[in-house]
Amino acid sequence: MPVRKTLRSRRTGRRLAADAGLLAVAAAFALPLAWVVLSALDPHAGLRVKVPDGLTLDNFDAVLKPDITYTPLLNSLILCGGGTLLTVVCAALAAYPLSRFRSRLNRPFLLTILFATCLPITAIMVPVYALFVRVNLIDTVQGTIFFFAASQLPFAIWLMKNFMDGVPKELEEAAWTDGASSLQSLVRIVLPLMGPGVAVVTVFSFVMMWGNFFVPFMLLLTPDQMPASVSINDFFGNRGTVVYGQLAAFSVIYSTPVILLYVLVSRRLGGGFALGGAVKG
Amino acid sequence: MRLRRTLTRALPLTPAVALLLLFLAGPIAYCAYIAFTDLQLTGQAHSSFVGFENFRAAFKDDAFLNAVWLTLVFTVLSSLVGQNTLGLALASLMQRASKPVRTVVGGIVITAWVLPEVVAGFLLYAFFRREGTLNAILDWLHLPTQNWLFTLPILAVSFANVWRGTAFSMLVYSAALNEIPKEITEAAEVDGAGGWRRMWHITLPMIRRSIGTNLMLNTLQTLSVFGLIWVMTRGGPGNRSQTLPLFMYEQAFQKSMIGYGTAVALLLLVVGSLFSLVYMRLLRTEV
Repeated sequence: MPVRKTLRSRRTGRRLAADAGLLAVAAAFALPLAWVVLSALDPHAGLRVKVPDGLTLDNFDAVLKPDITYTPLLNSLILCGGGTLLTVVCAALAAYPLSRFRSRLNRPFLLTILFATCLPITAIMVPVYALFVRVNLIDTVQGTIFFFAASQLPFAIWLMKNFMDGVPKELEEAAWTDGASSLQSLVRIVLPLMGPGVAVVTVFSFVMMWGNFFVPFMLLLTPDQMPASVSINDFFGNRGTVVYGQLAAFSVIYSTPVILLYVLVSRRLGGGFALGGAVKG
Repeated sequence: MRLRRTLTRALPLTPAVALLLLFLAGPIAYCAYIAFTDLQLTGQAHSSFVGFENFRAAFKDDAFLNAVWLTLVFTVLSSLVGQNTLGLALASLMQRASKPVRTVVGGIVITAWVLPEVVAGFLLYAFFRREGTLNAILDWLHLPTQNWLFTLPILAVSFANVWRGTAFSMLVYSAALNEIPKEITEAAEVDGAGGWRRMWHITLPMIRRSIGTNLMLNTLQTLSVFGLIWVMTRGGPGNRSQTLPLFMYEQAFQKSMIGYGTAVALLLLVVGSLFSLVYMRLLRTEV
């Protein structure tokens, strides 16, 4: 018995130590986050974390205007919504033959996809810009959507294929004997059965595009078309002195959707959702 | 007949393949081509082929070598050392911590990761500025303060990248640690192996594949960081935090030398591809 007793008390001690260590790290991580939340509510926000002089929603009032918030968020929604839709549809279609039919080409194709997943997309933005100028896609929403979709596709196909492999084939075979086509069985049987998987791919693509700065920064020129990730820069520069409270309020508004989406999906799938397919190391 | 069946079956692949060829493979091929030309942004009707001139120029250019060095510092500090070690530490502490602490800490660290890049940049800009939170704390502790973004810009952006990217490693390592059978660690514990020895002799060897993939992915991610550094320092002061993506951008757009900028991009792409190939070897049983 004594062995077990010491083990248990040792374990309690270790738990307390682990808790303390984690909370210390978390405090360091929380400081910048605390700044944005507190400053958004502070009538006299500066650059350091402090308890607000008084709570106010004036900062939100000041930024909730068409040209500052609504237009950029709408632009973000159009770009990322369009890009995500295109990504998910193309990825679902592409994953189907890769998951369902045997072919000598599957392996090389999947290896190429995996390879492309890891390429630093930042590096090709300069040639993409030059190419877009040549084919008149520069400063167009559709061009940016196409590029967003293409850059997200390798990972989306990879994830989608892994999720699809988890759906048993028997149900589809039954549908085939009843005369359903491949497309019908994909839409009616496979996709509904892998609902959480499709949700993961959708949310992941959307979150990646929503936060992306470099792609719209390079491919769009007209201020009216800029998504929130780029327009946030306007708080510096042309407006003279930076009103930090407003910058913080805008940051909160801009970040909330992706955080909510993440929470929604990770709850349903038990955390670390995006990693399931990618890093089974 | 057989060919036709194969073609029908491959049909759903076409939209994805078309997009990938036009918007990903196309630009990469174009990149490989214009890196060997003297293409400029303005006032030039034709560009001509210059061979390896851009690359030769790059390796003689102090600003380029500076960018290579800073990229190396940034990657080693923030990805190999920072995100990787801190992520593993957090994950293994979480194995022992109580549930509420685990939830709170996980939530905070993951929020930093999910936040849009530019917002993360602003938050850390505010944190490191002269009037910012870090100096407020140092002041309170009676430690010397300094203008971090001016004195140690590359260190500040590296910390920013650790803040932003650690959640990924934490999630990878949490998943890996959860897969280690409890009996093994418990047996070692009864045999009297201390925490560090268990970590070194049991845990690390058992999760070595996860370590490999995590290091690869972190490195690739870090190689392409642009927005975070752009927001915090624009690569400055001078070019003291100008990593390769920012150098590439400056050459191509602020100095209008697309050919030269693309040559740098191609080098970045080649380095990325090498890492990518190693990563695939680590994962090769998966396909």
